[in-house]
Amino acid sequence: MNLKDNHLIVSSAPHIVNPVDTSNIMKNVVIALMPALAVAIYVFGMQALLLTVTCVASCVIFEGLSRKILNRPQTIGDFSAVVTGVILSYNLPAGLPLWMAVIGSFVAIVVVKQLFGGLGQNFVNPAIVGRIVLFTSFATPMTTWPLTERMSSVLQNTGVVNTGVDAITGATPLALFSNAKDVPSNMEMFLGTINGSMGEISAAALLLGGLYLVFKKIIEPTIPAAFIGTVAVMALMMGFDPIFHICAGGVMLGAIFMATDYVTSPLTTKGKIIFGIGCGFLTMIIRIFASYPEGVSFALLLMNILVPHIDKWTKVKLNGVPKGGDKS
Amino acid sequence: MISVKHLKGIHVDHHKNTAGSAIVPMPVPDKVYIPMVQHIGAPNQPTVSVGDHVKVGQLIGDNEAPVCAPVHASVSGDVVAIEKFMTQMGRVDTNIVIQTDGKQEIAETVVPPTVTTKQEFLKAVRASGLVGLGGAAFPTHIKYNPRNPEDVDTLIINGAECEPYITVDHMTMLAHAKEIVEGTYNTLKFLSIQKGIIAIEGNKPDAIALFKDLTKDIPEIEVFELRLVYPQGAERVIIFETTGRHLIAGKLPADVGVIVSNVNSILKLQQYLDTGMPLVTKSLTVDGNLIAQPKNVEVPIGTKIREVIDFCGGTTGTPKKILFGGPMMGRAMPDTDLAILKGNNAILVFDEAFGTMNPETACINCGRCVRGCPMNLMPTVLAKAWDRKDLETLKEYDALSCMECGCCSYSCPARIQLSYKIKLAKGMVTDDLKAQAAKAKAQAEGGKN
Repeated sequence: MNLKDNHLIVSSAPHIVNPVDTSNIMKNVVIALMPALAVAIYVFGMQALLLTVTCVASCVIFEGLSRKILNRPQTIGDFSAVVTGVILSYNLPAGLPLWMAVIGSFVAIVVVKQLFGGLGQNFVNPAIVGRIVLFTSFATPMTTWPLTERMSSVLQNTGVVNTGVDAITGATPLALFSNAKDVPSNMEMFLGTINGSMGEISAAALLLGGLYLVFKKIIEPTIPAAFIGTVAVMALMMGFDPIFHICAGGVMLGAIFMATDYVTSPLTTKGKIIFGIGCGFLTMIIRIFASYPEGVSFALLLMNILVPHIDKWTKVKLNGVPKGGDKS
Repeated sequence: MISVKHLKGIHVDHHKNTAGSAIVPMPVPDKVYIPMVQHIGAPNQPTVSVGDHVKVGQLIGDNEAPVCAPVHASVSGDVVAIEKFMTQMGRVDTNIVIQTDGKQEIAETVVPPTVTTKQEFLKAVRASGLVGLGGAAFPTHIKYNPRNPEDVDTLIINGAECEPYITVDHMTMLAHAKEIVEGTYNTLKFLSIQKGIIAIEGNKPDAIALFKDLTKDIPEIEVFELRLVYPQGAERVIIFETTGRHLIAGKLPADVGVIVSNVNSILKLQQYLDTGMPLVTKSLTVDGNLIAQPKNVEVPIGTKIREVIDFCGGTTGTPKKILFGGPMMGRAMPDTDLAILKGNNAILVFDEAFGTMNPETACINCGRCVRGCPMNLMPTVLAKAWDRKDLETLKEYDALSCMECGCCSYSCPARIQLSYKIKLAKGMVTDDLKAQAAKAKAQAEGGKN
């Protein structure tokens, strides 16, 4: 056997690699998000599906176009734009005009992600900023929730709205809570037959997706546990029902799918705990003391910005090196 | 300090295809090419000349330098050339080329050594030409003679064999368990070490059972089952797992009271004590998805890779990557014209699909490299610092503590060659430390004048 003419590949070790790659991870996240989509379609109808499809399509198109215009290698194959699209749509009311959703996608993908260098370079979660920009730009449509059957009866009974023409929209549990109105039961909150942004309503569906991600070793439960735990503890301390605060609003969606976004969360376990606690703390502070009923997005945004610092504070210690660092 | 029970690591598929295929001796090739440098340390000088007749086990290269292991003829025949060549590592070395006569006559010098004291033992170890056969190829007689022998209380026999594909240590342990136990016992005795630990990864239950049985009446020797987590066989990892002691970068195992030897090294040592035959053959695993008949073979040192591949039935396709060693830490060879050295333990031949590296994509900060690093480094931080040549960060995040086990690169979903980047970064940090030391020295001397 003579291989003189056959060029062998010479590269540095290791020569094998774990089959899990970035697009594999992103596809798993999309799978984990599906139960929540099913509930959204069940509760809000096909408009929910249409909104998600619009967000995903526009995110992928914006990603592809900006890579092309910026003359960078194409990255739509990594599925991260799909994840951003799905999560963005979950943060929007099911009845939002689709052109607004496209604007949200533009902000998320082009402004937040690609202008900072693409996947891995964005310092805040793209979907969060997409939602916040829409929220501050189109406050009314962004807080106009299609009325679900259950809410309509509650609202009629409590006289929040009249059964007349006004009853086409309903309030979220947090808005009801904020106004000290009758809130849905914990079981309804958990299952998600309540009002809210289309993907955040069902704690059960989101939890199912989260368990799938943990089982598939895509995420560690550290951040969701710290986040949700902090929300529960703070609710208890302030004398509110912790189950309500966990299941209401975006806590489940935020803790399981947004706070665990690799790019904008800390590297180390210690950092993840600090990050999760910070998110939970800020969420509750905003919910209770600020004028917004919901605080998950702003809490996440603020904590995202702190991630580089958290990473610096929580540098892991070398094995065998005592405190103070014996480098002799 | 947080006490952890185990060091981190990764799970890799074992691919131990040749487990169960006993080591077969390979016929003596037509010519052998024996390099003068097969160890870490000073190069040997040829002690024979072109035209000399040599016999198996005869000394053909030696050097007075303290850190050096002599080399011996692996065949009987005539020295036909002493020539320069380029090594696997890209350095220039000298080969002694021996044309074999096929008789395999044993040299007269091959007689069992008389060993009754530590000095005689160490002399015998040096004369055997032994180097660390786990791959590092550090001269064994130096390792066995640390500057603080009184601190050493544990001898660890490394039978982890944590690299995928390789089974040669496993087969060696099954075939030569008794000699390995004897070798361990002798080493303990002559070096006055209290305790011996034979550490074997849990995927070799037959070897573990065999050694447990053989050592049940020897209180000094313990058999330790290692977890199935790569890299259990790495020196720093095996020391921690068996003794709970941390070996940090820049320290020697003896500094934490430990000497680590590979099972094959101990076997060859015992065989030298029994017969006087120095290290002239090397057992290795020949495998990979293109090898027609994967097997474990014992080859004369100096045999060219291509002849070993041919002995295993050749290849079933066009090879694109040939590894010396395992897929996690082995080196990819540029061609098959190189010879088997003392430190080689596997030849793995793969096709293009296996050999092609995946293109690197953006780091997504997932932290898998951090979770996989046995040393508790933050590989992604180091790799990014290397990309921007940020010396400060490389030092702050302890680049020099990397042992290049490859766990980070293996785990990376973005296919970033983290351990390669850290390896380059280590060179940068070392160069800088040297430059600083030279500068400090120059300043100190300048101050005196």
